[in-house]
Order: sequence, then C-alpha cells, then structure tokens
Amino acid sequence: MNIRKLFVSLVRDKTSQSRKFLLSCIPPLLAILVFFLSCGIVVHIRGQDALEFYKIIFFSGFANFDEVGYVLFNATPLVFTGLAVAIGYRSGLFNIGCEGQLYVAAFAAAWIGMHLNLPAFLLIPFCIAAAMIAGAAWGAVPGFLKARYGAHEVINTIMMNFIAFALMNYLVTSVYQEPGQMIPQTPQIHETARIPRLAALVPFLPQSNPLNASFLIACGSVVLCYIFLTYTRWGYELRLVGSARDVASYGGINPRTVTVWVMALSGAVAGLAGVAEVLGYRYRYLDNFSSGWGFTGIAVALLGRNNPFGILAAAVLFGLLNKVALDIDILLGIPRGLFLAGQGMLIIWLVCIEGISRKKNDS
Amino acid sequence: MILELIPSTLRMATPLGFAALGGIYSERSGVINLALEGMMLIGAFGYVVGTQGFGSTWVGLLIGIGFGVALSLVHAIATVTFHAEQVVTGIGINILALGITEYLLPSSKQVGGLPHWQLPLIGSYSFIVYLLPVLMVASHILLFKTPWGLRLRAAGESTEALAALSLSRAKWQYLGILLSGLLAGTGGCFLASEVHYFTKGMTAGRGYLALAAVIFGNWRPLSGVSACFLFGFATALELANRWNIPGQLLHSLPYILTMVVLVGFVGTSRPPASLGKMKS
Repeated sequence: MNIRKLFVSLVRDKTSQSRKFLLSCIPPLLAILVFFLSCGIVVHIRGQDALEFYKIIFFSGFANFDEVGYVLFNATPLVFTGLAVAIGYRSGLFNIGCEGQLYVAAFAAAWIGMHLNLPAFLLIPFCIAAAMIAGAAWGAVPGFLKARYGAHEVINTIMMNFIAFALMNYLVTSVYQEPGQMIPQTPQIHETARIPRLAALVPFLPQSNPLNASFLIACGSVVLCYIFLTYTRWGYELRLVGSARDVASYGGINPRTVTVWVMALSGAVAGLAGVAEVLGYRYRYLDNFSSGWGFTGIAVALLGRNNPFGILAAAVLFGLLNKVALDIDILLGIPRGLFLAGQGMLIIWLVCIEGISRKKNDS
Repeated sequence: MILELIPSTLRMATPLGFAALGGIYSERSGVINLALEGMMLIGAFGYVVGTQGFGSTWVGLLIGIGFGVALSLVHAIATVTFHAEQVVTGIGINILALGITEYLLPSSKQVGGLPHWQLPLIGSYSFIVYLLPVLMVASHILLFKTPWGLRLRAAGESTEALAALSLSRAKWQYLGILLSGLLAGTGGCFLASEVHYFTKGMTAGRGYLALAAVIFGNWRPLSGVSACFLFGFATALELANRWNIPGQLLHSLPYILTMVVLVGFVGTSRPPASLGKMKS
C-alpha cells in the first residue's frame, strides 16, 4: 500500500481498520498529555522549575542501560496485573482482586521454593505452576459465586483481597516467619528457585540492576495472551460472552462456565506478578510487598485499551512514572504522593474520555 | 464481657455507619460508589488540616465535610455527566485522595477531638456517635416514606418513571453522590477526631468495608448500619482478643460474612435495578 492510499484510507474511509485503531489511540494519549501538563502546573505552583521537572521526566528513564533496566523492572508486575484485568474485562468481568491474587500466588511460589530442593529446571516451573494455581483458585471463587449465585464479582474480589491480606499476614507472622527476625517475611527460597537477573546476559547492565528474566516471561505472556484472545476458540468464547452474552448462549456457549474459567485465568496471570517478585527479585515472601500493583493494573489495562501490546506499552509507561517519582523525590524533593495523586487523576481522565466516546457511540 | 466491648464497637462502627449511609444514597440513585474510601480519607485530612489551621474542631469538621463533598463532586461529574465507568472512577478517586493527602500532609501534629457528650447509662462519646442512629432512622424515613426518597430511588430503579415525571435522572444522581460525600466525609472526620491525628492511608479499607455493609444490609439504612455495628463488633473482638484466636481471622470475618450474604444464605440481596447503568 503506498503512502497516498494509506493517507486516503485514514482520512476519508470512515470504516478503515487502521483509522479506527489510530482514533482509539487518541484518548489515552490525550490523557497522558493532560497528566504531564497538570504535574508541571503543580510543580510550578510549588515554586519549583517546571522545565527542570520535565527534563528529569524525559531523561531519567532513558539516559543509560541502568535506567532502562529499572524502568522495565518496575513495569514487569504491571504487565501481569494489566493483562489479568484485561482478560476479565474483555469478558465483561471486573477483576479488582489482582492484589489479593498476586499475594496468594507469591506465597505459594515462596512456599514451594523454600520446601522443595530440586534442580532449577524443575523447581522454577514448579514454583510458577504453584503460583498460578493459587492465583487461579483465588480468582475462581468470585467467578464461581458470580456464575452460580449472581453475586457481583467487584464486591467479592474486594472481599477476597482483604481475606488474602489477613491470611498472608497470619502465615508470615505466625507460621512461616524467618526465625530470629522481626520483619514479617519468610526465609529465603533455594538458590535453584531463583529466576536469573539479566545483568549476567546483557553486557551494559550493571550487576546491581534488578531487571530479571521475569520480564521476558512478561513479554512472552503478552504475545501468548494476544494469540489466545485473538486466534483461539476459548479467546473467542471469552470475547463473545463479554460483547454479546445472549448471542453466546444462543451459540451454545455457557456464559457461566466461561465466567468461572476467565476469572481463574485472570487470577493465574495476576499471580505471575507475585512470581516476578518472589523468584525474580526478593527471593522470599515479604508481607505487603506490592505497592498497589493490582490496582495500578486497572489503569494499565485501561490505558492499553485492553489490548495485550497496548498493556505492555502502558506498563512500561507506568514503570517509567514510578522511576520518575523516585527521581524527582531525590532530585527535586517532591514527595511520592504527588505522583500517586497524578496517577489517580490519570485514571479519572481516562475513564471520562472513554465514557464520553461511549456516550457518543450510543447516541 | 460483651459489655466491655461496647465502647470500642461503637467507636469502630460509627465511621463505617456514616460511610455506609452515604453509600446507600449514592447506590440507591444508581451510581456505584467505590470512592467512599477516598471520601473518608479526605474528610479525615480536612478535619486535621482545618483544626490545625483555624484552631477550632468545628471548623475542622466543616472543612472535612467540605472536602468529602468536593471529592464526591468529582465522582459525580465523571460518572453522571461523562458516563465514566463507575467502578474504575471510584478506584481512581481513592488513589487520588491517597496521593493528595500523603503529599500535602505526610504526618500531622496532635489535634483536638470533637466534643464528647456524657449521657446517663451510656457513657461519654463523641456527639457523632449519637448522631448515627438519628441519621439512620431519618434516612430510612427519607428514602422510603417521602416523595423525595421515592424519586431518588426511582433514579436507581427505573429511568422511565423519572422521565415520565419529566425529572432529570442526572440531578437526583448528583444529589445522591454529593450526600455520600457529605456522610463519608463526616465519617472520616470522626475517625481523625478520635485518634487526634492524620496518617497516610489511615482509613485502611474502611470505605470498602462500608460498601460491603451497604450490600450486606440490602441497600437499606436500618440494616446497612446494623451491619456496620456487626463489623464494628468483629473489629472490637479483634482488638480485645484474649482467646488466642489469630487476630487476622477475626479481621477477615466481616469480609467472609459479606461473601456469604451475597451468595444468599441469609436472604436475597437485590441491588437497585439500574445500578451502574448509565444508558438512558
């Protein structure tokens, strides 16, 4: 296709797929723009140099391999939680329970990693499988309650979050706490359960950089997720139940069954965020390790338009924002709360823009 | 034994009760309100800032409530005017509130509490505690015995009925959400006034628990607030814990109870018919 044709199809042809895709990219980009503008305004109001602030934003994430490594490290758990939210969303389900699911999964991974002493090629898959099963179980409960009793999954996933927090806190302070320690954490997992850091493989990455192979698992999950949603029968069923429930049941798909396995799958993917933490970074389970990844995942999915590749991009953006938040705290003395507030605002802007476009389509 | 737990039960249940009443007004008008958590938090923040700044707990209370209402206005504009996804908006607002308060007030000085009233037989509690049962009954009468309440509920049940009376659904939903900000903000003020300071994220999930109470109580003020007393009692048990039951187990009791209720073992729980739906 030559450039002229492409241009014509973008501008004139209202049904063209590429035009639709580009148009759907505008709202999130607009929201990001508004987000950065408002951050600059707040920095200016604080009486600090907004230009300096923008310089840090644009340069702190890309200056060298070390910085990029940190950005991708921050992005890793968000890729998983973003995918988890999107899997649910595409099927018309809201999984607010990623936070609880990833805690349960992280603990399962740590437990296997502590208790089994196997060679790495067995132990790592075992740990990952255990984590995914635990996450899936935690997700499947609200899914089952929704399918069987019609209980709203939003409330039940929130409840399951709180139950997970309490249960994990109990396990890590009363049963599996590292002996002789005040910190609520388990002992370390075996050496063979650890996912290697990429610093050993990438020549320009300093040894101190925490980026590890779980980022590669995240990238793999993005591709798998895309193939699953787009090309497989199950992916089709999932999307059909999300977009036209009645059509799905008329076509012989049981929406209830789909609800249960979608929530389980979503929980399993959210659980991988716990794997990234335990096997890839901390090598143990620490109480309350996640800084709201499950909730940020909602923003990531929203920003990525529930498309796996969009989610990868959005997760990297949030990884960058997290890094920037730390940098501006150190360099400009702007506390982390500002970033958090900005993130909340970004979510609100995103849903508003999305709501307006939906409103337009309806009328 | 049980009597000893009454004071802490009341203290735990009151902020929940206010937020739950707020949640009922919002959800009865058809708007899901996950932002209760943020509204409580910013209410607590406003109380401490106002009390510090003006040296009066009354001004603090007003400012706290004002902040709660202001934040609920954001929720209303987003969900009612812009038809934004209500659940996600609520979560966004909670993150926003957490960020703003943490940014502006990382840690606070000690501030005074709201006045306590000494009542015979009952004891001495903040007047907010006595206000809760009054508001609970008033809300019940307002929602179920007056034309005003009928209209608010119509906004959440059937848009056609409101349209037939040529009433604006949006107006009633704004009202419902703003009331939820007012009440949740008051709950937040009480929380801060009892502990005399503000810390980041001090609501610690109480907004979500209040929402659970709303559902537990079948979107009705009397049973919703009663659920809050039950939850408050569970928390009081956890604090008093002297039977060697893991505290975390008692802590998760309200959440497990809510899930059981949702499943319908205790009775059917039916949300307002148009809850969460914006299409007219």
